Amino acid sequence: MGENARRVISVIVVNEASVLSRVTDLFSGRGYNITSLTVAPIPDSKYSRLTIATSGSVRVIEQITKQLHKLIPVLRVYEHEDMVEKEMALVKFPISENLSDINALCEAYNGKIVNVSESVVITMVADEPKRVDNYLNAIKRYNPKEIVRSGAVALER
Amino acid sequence: MQISGAQMVIEALIAEGVDTVFGYPGGAIMNVYDEIYKQDKFHHILNRHEQAAVHAAEGYAKASGKVGVAMITSGPGFTNAVTGLADAYMDSVPLVVISGQVPMSLIGTDAFQEIDAVGISRSCTKHNYLVTDAADLPRVLKEAFYIAASGRPGPVHVDIPKDVTAQIAEFNYDIEINLETYKPHVKGNPRQIKKVIEAIANAKRPVFYLGGGIINANAAYEVRDLVHKTGIPAVETFMARGVLSYDDALLVGMLGMHGSYAANMAVSETDLIIALGARFDDRVTGKLSEFAKNAGVIHVDIDPASISKLVNTDYPIVGDVKNVVLDMLAQIDKIDAEKYESWRETINNFNELHPLAYHEDSDRLKPQWVIQRVGEILGDDANISTDVGQHQMWTAQFYPFSRPRQFISSGGLGTMGFGFPAALGVKAASPDKVSINFTGDGSILMNCQELMTAVEKKLPVINIILNNNFLGMVRQWQTLFYDKRHSETDLSVQPDFVKLSEAFGGIGYRVKTKEEFDAALKDAVEKGVVTFIEVIVERFENVLPMVPAGGSLFNMMLLEKKESK
Repeated sequence: MGENARRVISVIVVNEASVLSRVTDLFSGRGYNITSLTVAPIPDSKYSRLTIATSGSVRVIEQITKQLHKLIPVLRVYEHEDMVEKEMALVKFPISENLSDINALCEAYNGKIVNVSESVVITMVADEPKRVDNYLNAIKRYNPKEIVRSGAVALER
Repeated sequence: MQISGAQMVIEALIAEGVDTVFGYPGGAIMNVYDEIYKQDKFHHILNRHEQAAVHAAEGYAKASGKVGVAMITSGPGFTNAVTGLADAYMDSVPLVVISGQVPMSLIGTDAFQEIDAVGISRSCTKHNYLVTDAADLPRVLKEAFYIAASGRPGPVHVDIPKDVTAQIAEFNYDIEINLETYKPHVKGNPRQIKKVIEAIANAKRPVFYLGGGIINANAAYEVRDLVHKTGIPAVETFMARGVLSYDDALLVGMLGMHGSYAANMAVSETDLIIALGARFDDRVTGKLSEFAKNAGVIHVDIDPASISKLVNTDYPIVGDVKNVVLDMLAQIDKIDAEKYESWRETINNFNELHPLAYHEDSDRLKPQWVIQRVGEILGDDANISTDVGQHQMWTAQFYPFSRPRQFISSGGLGTMGFGFPAALGVKAASPDKVSINFTGDGSILMNCQELMTAVEKKLPVINIILNNNFLGMVRQWQTLFYDKRHSETDLSVQPDFVKLSEAFGGIGYRVKTKEEFDAALKDAVEKGVVTFIEVIVERFENVLPMVPAGGSLFNMMLLEKKESK
C-alpha cells in the first residue's frame, strides 16, 4: 500500500448521543481525512455501523484504527482488505434528453430510472465507487441537472 | 432508595471512597453544593479558580494514586476547568470532573452560562457524559470512576443539567459495570514476553527507557527489581522521575531535550530499547529518524495506540506494565547481568565526560543550587511539584528523587500555573510530607490566588520562586534561536512577592544568599503556613544540556567546561 492509499474502515459503535461526533472529532483533531462517511443503525441491535472511506500511509491507517478502538463506545473496527463495496448516486436529467440512452447507461451500472415527473427524470445507480465515477463521467453529455452521491458501504467477503 | 440527582452525586462519591473534592460552586451546580453542605463524609476544598480546582485534583490523584474529583458550574466555570482537563488528559491522570449544566429545557437556547460542555471536553477527556435522566446517574458515575482509573488512566467529565440534579429517581450503586465496548488489555502475551526475554539476553547494549506509565501502574518497585536483576542501565523520562532512586547505580539519568549527556548517548548507542510505559514523545526522542537508530525496540504499554505510533516497534506488548514486568521477572534467570559490564562502563564514562553540572560563576545564586540544596535538606521528606519552564527542567535534573509519586509536574501539556494548586492537592493527599512547589516569577502569577485556598484550608505549601525577572525558558530560546531579541519576556516589573503572600495571610521571604535561603526554608518548614520564598537568581542561566527542537539526541548543546560544581 503506497502513501495515501484509499482505505475503507467500518466502525461498530454503540448507538448513543454524540457518538458520531466522537468519531469525526477524532479525525479532524488528529489531522486525518474523511473522504466519505455512511452511518446507519444495525437492525435489531443497540449498535450502529459507520463506513468511513479515508486515505493515508500504513502508519496513519494503523493509528486511525487504534485511536478509533480507544473511543469508549466503539465495539469493533474493521480495516477492510477484501470487501464488497457499493456506493449510490441519484441523478436528475431533463426529460427532453435521450431516455433510452440514459436507461441503458444506468442498467450498465446496476441502476434504473426511479422517478419521472413532467420535466425531469431521476435515475439511481449503485456500484463500486470507481464505477460510479465512470458512470458520472459518461452521463455528462445528457446535461444532468443535479447529482447526489452517497458514501460507501462495505462488507468483508 | 428514591433520592434526588444531587443526592446521588454525594452517595456515589462516598461509595467510591472519595475523601476530598476540589471545586467552586455556581448556579447550575447549586443543588449538588446544597447536598455537600448537608454531609460530613468528605471534605470540600474551595479553590479560588476552576482551573486551580482541577489542577489540585490532579495533584491529589498523582500523589495518592486515587481518582481525583473536581466540581464546577456551567459556562465559565466549565471553560476555566478545560485547561485542567487537557492537562490531565495529556499526562494520563485519573480524574472525575463533574460540572453543572443549564436545565434540559434551556439547553440549546443560549441560556445564561450555557456552553456545549461535552462538545468542548470531548477532545481533551478520556470520555464524557451529558446526563439527561437522573435514573442514569448511578451507572454513569460508576462508569466514570471505572474508566478514569482503568486501562490508560485519564479524566472523565460528567455534565449534569440542573433539573436532573433535582429529579428524584431510584439510586442503587451496587451495580455491575458492563461495558461491552471497553475492555482494557492488562495481561501481556506470554509468547511475546518470552521473545522479549530472548531479545534482551541476546542484546549487547540494552537500555531501559522508563516512562510515567510505570508510576500510573504502581509498578516502580517491580521495575527496580527488574533493572537490578538484569543489570541493564536505565534512562527515565521526565514523567518517570522517582521510578528509580537518584542514587541507583543503574540510573543513567533523564533523557530528552534537557536530558543528561550520558542518558542521551546511551539511547543513541544502544542496540535494544526496552520501553516501559513510555510514549516516545517529541521532547524525548528529538529527531525521530535518528532516535536509537540502530536499536531494536521493545515497547510495553497499556495503550495499543501508543505502540508504533512514532517509532516502529519490533516487540510490542500490550498490557499493564506491572503484570508484564512480573512475568518478565519470572524468567529472569535467562538473562546474565554480567554480560553488560562493559556497556555499563561505557555509560559511566559518558557520565564522567559530561556530568550534569552548573558553574557557580555569578554574584547571584544559581537556580540549580537552590534545588540541590532543598534536596540536601529535605530529600525524601518532601513532595515536589513544579510549574513550567526553566525551573521545572532544573528540578527534574537536580532534585534527588527517591520514590515514585514524589515528583508532580505538568509534562505533556506544559501548563504554567499548574504547580501551586497541584501542590495543594499533593498536601491534601500526603499531609505528612513537606509540600514544595518550585516555580518561576512567570508561572507563579498564573494561579497565585490559591494563596487564599492554602490559608483557609491550612495547606502549608512552600513555593520557591526562582526569580530571574524573565519568562526564562522563552528567554533562553530567544537568546539561542532569535538572535537575543527578548520579545515580551522581560519580567522586570513585578509585584512584591513577600507582601503578596502576606496579603493573603501567608508568609514570605526574599533571599539573595545561601545563608538567607537556608534560614528561610528552615523557618517556613517550622511555621507550617503557606509560604513564598522568592530567590533572586542569575538572570541569564540556561538549561543545559539542550537538544534543539527537531535535533538529534546526540547533538547536545553542553555546559562549557570550566571549574564546575
